[in-house]
Amino acid sequence: MNIFRILDSIQQVDGDAAGRLAHTTRRMFMNRIGSSLATVAVPTAFAAVVNKAYGATPSVTEVLNFALTLEYLEETFYFQANRMTNFIPAEYTLVFSQIERHETQHVDFLKGALGSAAVDRPQFDFTYGGAFPDAWTNFMTFITISAALEDTGVRAYKGQAGNLITAPAILEYALQVHSVEARHASLVRRIIGHLKKDPMMKGWITQDQGFPPAVYKGATPESNTVHAGLDAATLSGIGSITRDNVTEAFDEPLTMEEVLAIAGPFIKKMGM
Amino acid sequence: MKKTLTQPSEPSDSAMLARVDRRYFLRSAGVAAATGAFILGACTEQDLMSDDTVDLGEGDFGILNYAYALEQLEAAFYTQVMMTPYLNMTDMEKWILTDIRDHEIVHREFFKTALGSKAIKGLTPNFSAIDFADRKSVLGAAKLFEDTGVAAYNGAGKLIKDVNYLLVAGKIVSVEARHASAIADLINPNALEFAGGQINNMGLENAFSPSVILSGVQPFVMDKISGKNLPR
Repeated sequence: MNIFRILDSIQQVDGDAAGRLAHTTRRMFMNRIGSSLATVAVPTAFAAVVNKAYGATPSVTEVLNFALTLEYLEETFYFQANRMTNFIPAEYTLVFSQIERHETQHVDFLKGALGSAAVDRPQFDFTYGGAFPDAWTNFMTFITISAALEDTGVRAYKGQAGNLITAPAILEYALQVHSVEARHASLVRRIIGHLKKDPMMKGWITQDQGFPPAVYKGATPESNTVHAGLDAATLSGIGSITRDNVTEAFDEPLTMEEVLAIAGPFIKKMGM
Repeated sequence: MKKTLTQPSEPSDSAMLARVDRRYFLRSAGVAAATGAFILGACTEQDLMSDDTVDLGEGDFGILNYAYALEQLEAAFYTQVMMTPYLNMTDMEKWILTDIRDHEIVHREFFKTALGSKAIKGLTPNFSAIDFADRKSVLGAAKLFEDTGVAAYNGAGKLIKDVNYLLVAGKIVSVEARHASAIADLINPNALEFAGGQINNMGLENAFSPSVILSGVQPFVMDKISGKNLPR
């Protein structure tokens, strides 16, 4: 399995996917920012192609290159934002510089681990093929993408933990990155909640609410309550605790295919 | 995209590790001194087990009991926090702390049910060091518990054999990290602490072994807890 062959395939097999995705996503995004609801699922087109190109269980190197690609994406995103004048509000500059710092450290760490096997930094398109045209002019758009990237990162690392169970030391490093992404996600989400005066936008994920929807849904959606065969929503000892709270108490994984389908439109051109 | 990507030569896992470990130890040498302080203070091995010592057990069930013990502690703490809220607790603080309480209770009950007859008993917490009427004391303790929880799950992951339990641990640890971030941000808003001192200069958060964690939390539990049969 080669994740970059998959990204190649996305663009070769379904050249129109980016266009269609941009259209539906833009509409949805405007709805979301403007008023309230987003209902349409995002990149099913990508997911379909990725599923076709996806092969056997990935190797440790493939998992790490997959992680490195996501970290490149995040690092480049914050690097650009933090160097724009009057874009990030003064009260949040420390937060976003701290996040960038960690993403740079993660890139360096993964490159160091991979050595000559490390993939190069791709070229990115943060307008998501035109879906987020004001990513670099509207802070609300920027921070919405930020939360989506961080929550995707958390779910992506979680989804790969099982593939690293035979490489315990590397598994531990992956977990150590995973929790840092979750710390980022929590604060970025809470800043959005604060700016939008929306008490339901918390540091944790309620049901599978969030934008873009693909980031919070998937084969095991964030609304899932069954873990290792046990339904946490029906535990006798939880009393009157709501199902919403039960879903918040567990984050869910995304598969590599699902993550690539979400990240694909951010990647304009692979590195090298 | 016209470029075809050739697969670079695959380094072996061990070569990869050797590189990473060398960098890790060289670069985190300074950090260790800073993070070790609270742990070393309580670093005495409980070799002598009296009859009422709670033995977490061995294998995956031992690790699940370890998590169950930590979640019991957290759930008890936040239950107390919301039963006797500190002076001038804001609405936002109330929402956050109530949510966290409920999450920790769900975690506790999840492990209790999953363990069934293998579950350790309900532990008796010792919160005498915490002033529940004082915001600073409460949030400071909350931060300690959340940071400890994250480091515990991070360190326990590689000790788990069953991939399903590993996934469950992964599902919970990121929620603990979300809590840790929120609590740190209540203490010092929009500052570096939401993802600060627990993370080394390679962007990696603490991962501590059960023995280190148990020494750290023992002062908050009346019962003696033993992890001597846990996997290492």
